[in-house]
Parts: sequence; C-alpha cells; structure tokens
Amino acid sequence: MAEITTSQPPLPIPDRRRRKRIKWSVIGDHTVLIIGSLFLTLPLFMLILSTTLEDSTLATKGLHLAIDDQFDDNLKGALFEGKGFSGELTGLLMMQNSFILGIGFAVGKIIIGMMAAYAIVYFRLRFATFAFWIIFTTLLLPLEVRILPSYEVIQSMGLVNTYTGLIVPLVASATATFFFRQFFRSVPEELVEAARIDGAGPVKFFIDILVPLSKTMIAAMFIIMFVFGWNQYLWPTMITTEETMFTLVRGIKQITQILDGATIPEFGRANMLAILAVIPPVAVVIFFQNWFVKGLTESDK
Amino acid sequence: MANVSLQNLRKTYPNGAEAVQPCSFEIAHGELIVLVGPSGCGKSTLLRMVAGLEEVTDGTLMIGDRVVNDVDPADRDIAMVFQNYALYPHMTVAKNMGYGLKNRGLPKSEIADKVAEAASMLNLTEYLDRRPSQLSGGQRQRVAMGRAIVRSPELFLFDEPLSNLDAKLRNQMRIEIRALQRRIGVTAMYVTHDQVEAMTMADRIVVLNAGRIEQIGTPSEIYNQPASTFVASFMGAPPMNLLPATYNGNGTAQIGGTVPIMVNTKAGSAGDVQIGVRPEKVGILSEQTGHALPFELNLIEELGASRLLHGNLYGHSFVVNAANEVVLPEGQIYLDVEPDAVHMFSPGDGRRL
Repeated sequence: MAEITTSQPPLPIPDRRRRKRIKWSVIGDHTVLIIGSLFLTLPLFMLILSTTLEDSTLATKGLHLAIDDQFDDNLKGALFEGKGFSGELTGLLMMQNSFILGIGFAVGKIIIGMMAAYAIVYFRLRFATFAFWIIFTTLLLPLEVRILPSYEVIQSMGLVNTYTGLIVPLVASATATFFFRQFFRSVPEELVEAARIDGAGPVKFFIDILVPLSKTMIAAMFIIMFVFGWNQYLWPTMITTEETMFTLVRGIKQITQILDGATIPEFGRANMLAILAVIPPVAVVIFFQNWFVKGLTESDK
Repeated sequence: MANVSLQNLRKTYPNGAEAVQPCSFEIAHGELIVLVGPSGCGKSTLLRMVAGLEEVTDGTLMIGDRVVNDVDPADRDIAMVFQNYALYPHMTVAKNMGYGLKNRGLPKSEIADKVAEAASMLNLTEYLDRRPSQLSGGQRQRVAMGRAIVRSPELFLFDEPLSNLDAKLRNQMRIEIRALQRRIGVTAMYVTHDQVEAMTMADRIVVLNAGRIEQIGTPSEIYNQPASTFVASFMGAPPMNLLPATYNGNGTAQIGGTVPIMVNTKAGSAGDVQIGVRPEKVGILSEQTGHALPFELNLIEELGASRLLHGNLYGHSFVVNAANEVVLPEGQIYLDVEPDAVHMFSPGDGRRL
C-alpha cells in the first residue's frame, strides 16, 4: 500500500508542491489504517506466536511476543493426540464434528428456508402472509430463550449426543426464509408463466428454474449460516456430553481444563486449536466473498 | 385442424370487476388474429385466458375439437411469447428452447434436432451456447419465438412481443413474425396496443374497448368501415376527424355555416349525428366550388412524406393529411370531401349508421 504513494516520478516544479501535499495526506491515511489493522490483528498474531512456545514458558511468563520452535509439536499434538477423560478426543475429530455441524446447519437452513419461501410466495395459501409473519416472529425467540424446552424435547426423543440432536433444532430459520422470500418475489411473473406453458410442474420449476436463479443467494446464505453454525457454543455444550461428539469451539476448553496433579495445562495445544477454529470460517468467507456480495446486492436476472 | 373458438368467454375478478365481457369469435386454422385496444381494455386478459394463465369465469373455450376451459396450460398445445421475453436467464439459448420438450420427455437427440432446426430458421445457430444476457433485444425475442416454434404447437400466443424493441427493430421483427407464422401455417393470436402493428400483421383484427369487442374484421374493413367512433378514432394515425352534425335524412349533413356536407349513407332518419372523415381522404382546393368547405389553417406539421394541416372547420378542430405534392394555396383554403369518405355515427352510443 505504502509504495504506491512513494514511487511517484519526480514532477515539474510548479506541480510539485500540490502533489507533495496530497502525497502526505495519503501517507497519513495509510499510516492510520495500517496501525489500526495491526492493532486489530495483534491478538491473533500473539496467539500464533504463542503456539510456538513451550507450555511452561507460557505458564510462567504469560502471553508475550516471542518465537520458539514448538509449532510442529503443538500442531501434531493438537490434531492427532487423544486427550480428554477418555483420551479419544483429538483435534481432528473435533474439527470433523464442527464441520458436520456447520455444514449441516447451513445446508439445512437453506433447504428449509427456500422451501418455506417457495410455499409462501408461489402458492395461493389461505394464510400465507400470516404464516410468514409467524415465521418471522420466531426471530424474537432465539435458541437461548427456548433452550430449556428445546433440550427437554431433544432429551425425551433420545437425541442427546447425536448429530441429529445437534443440528435439527437449529435448522428452522426465519432469516433464510425472509431473504429467499424477498428474492423470489423479485423473480418476474412471466418466468413462472413461461415455465407453466413449458410444462414444468411445481417441483420442476423449483429445481430447474428457482434454485439455479438463487445460487448467488444460496452462497451468501451459506456463508452466514456456516459461520453462525461453526461458532455455536451454547447448544453443543448442552447437547453433547460424550467427548467424541464435541465440536472445536466447545472442546478447546476441555484441554486447558485438565489439570491432573502438577502437569502444566497444555496452552500451546489449546491456542493451536483456537487458531484452527478460526481458519474455516475465514476461508469460507474468502472463497465465497464474490458470491456473497453478488447475492446481497444484485439480482441476477 | 386447430381452429380456436371462443364462446361467450367472460372474466370477472373476485372483487367484482368485469375485465372481459362475454365475447365470442372463431379463429380459423392458420389465421393470425390481432387483439388491439388501449391499455386496460382486457386484451391481455383474453389472451391469458386462452393460454390458461387466467381462469375462465364463464363461457366455452375450444382449441381444435377440445374444450380446454380447465386444461392445464402445458396440455393445451399452445406456445406463448411474452413481452419481456421471459427467457430463463441461467440457461443457454439451446436449453431455453429445448426446456419445454425436455419436460415432455422427448429423447435428447430429438430435442437437439428440433432446436437446431428452429435455430437455423431464426438465424440463431451461432448463438445456441450463449446466455440470454449476452444477446441483444431482437435476438432474445427470436429465442423466445424459437422456444415457441420447437414445440410445434396448435396455437401461438403473442403478448405484445415487440413493445420492448426500438422502432427500427420493431418494424423488422414485425415482418419476420408475420413471415414465420405464414411459413409454419400455425394459428396465432397476437396482442398489441399499437394500431400499426395490428393493421400490418393481422388477417383479422379484434378491436377491444373496456372489456368489450367493438369490431371484428379485416384490416381494410376496420379502416374503411369502422363500426363505432371508438374504432374510428383508435385505428389510423392521425385519427379520424369526428364532428357533430345534423343529418337531413336526404344525403346531406350540416356541420355549421351554410355549406352542407354530402353523405353517401342512405339509411337513417334526420337528426343529430356524428360524422367522421379520415384526414387523408380530404382534397384541398383554392376556391369555393360545389360543396367545398372553408378551412381555417392554424398549424402545419411536416412528416416528410406528407404534411398534417391542423385547423378549424366551422369552429371544430380538423386535421388534414396532405401529400407532399399538394400545393397549398395562398389565402383561404377549401376542403373537398367526397361523399364516400364520410362516415356517420349515432351521437349517443357512437355506433355506425
């Protein structure tokens, strides 16, 4: 960024002063921005550095800016070494669980949301608008509010410690329904009619026309929902008691907690897992960024 | 044989509004019928009832020998071209055209053959792999036509297909559509609000006003014998001059002043009438002879091929369309109106006398 401003060719004298002033202000802007972004990434940076340190160093000195050679060991330990009470809880397993939760959550929400929106927008239901607003009001009742009854239901169905119990209660989504409803309403009426004349029934119209048309929208929803699902903490904590079902976000704590006797908590591994927990959401956002912006800003018709 | 028959077809909406009053007509096989009228006259509703996109409130609709009142649009053996093309934006041209066939379960090779045939007919062969967004308006319109053609339906429906195109392209597409319809020999219904399109394309025109059929006839019948003042003023540009007059029951009508206008209509008793004269059926004279009428000229509009003279005839505004060769006399202008060129309408309901 900075070299753009410094590599200006020398200018003729009359212009010089004016250009110089602009250059300074640009440098000023960039300085502020660079300092700001450094400041914001500092915690992450320190976390990365701390994964290279010995656990004992961390335990005695706390977090500090230093670099050591433990990165490899910590990475291996974090990913493959079984820990926890049973000794079966590896980082890889937790990551797998997190992916199952994140993807199941996002895909489930998109499917349910699209189908609900399809029903509301395209079928002459008697209380379609009413139904929509009822769905919409569930935004006022997030999981945290209804967590005890939800747990009660899942527990009585024997779904504790299953992926179904982990994902299904979170899948109903007013947000996705709302976004898809808005999008479907902007699809021109003639398209529906043309498809009817072309002999596409409701299912074919949905699969052949609506789903491909909404793909940017689906991608945008996927990002939001995946990150949201990946970061779920409260619900997995409630519903998973077996360590093999732990998600990454929920399981990190488990590692630092184990203090048997005089052993030092494995800070290095915990920090490594924290970093690993950050990577997938960031990667998803980076990969889908273009789609995301498209989905939320332009209607591709 | 696909003649289409509309018998007392009627459309009322749940709120009681009557969009189409009971109307009946037949379309012969291979005929192109144009429904024309101002916006809100029910022409699109009528077409959409035939397509099956609107429910028929009353009456019988037959395509071929079948009553299709309650048949799904897909099973009516029709194809429709929409105003904004309604192409599927995520499909290539070939897929757009083949989608209806695919839904009917045709084998892939057959679909490809039919699409290729339609594409070559419409000069679209090199665009088959493109998306609609990569095509120009005229090309999109052709794809929409192609989508209709590949199905080889009994009946073509056009819902203002040219109104999104610019004027030059519209003229060109008008001819293309007409030629194509002739070549395939398919029955067609065409909705437009543009009277030029209606006149140039139609075998027969149905003029609609406020949900009611004003007149059905060939373009020349519509132009030469308009059934009402509405048809007279809607069809033709500039519209027919309409003036209140008094008919003496004996071949002359008085607009005002001293000189009567000669009328060829035999029927009708004496009394108030409305007379209509097409602007292009008026001759220009420089002096008072016979039944020439004094014309007060206010404004001349130059159209290139002709000139429009706006002015007054006995205090009523009157337009004359004069060919370029006509030399305008200095001073007072007199108009020569042939008795054959004068139409008489009843002053109350505007029907032709």
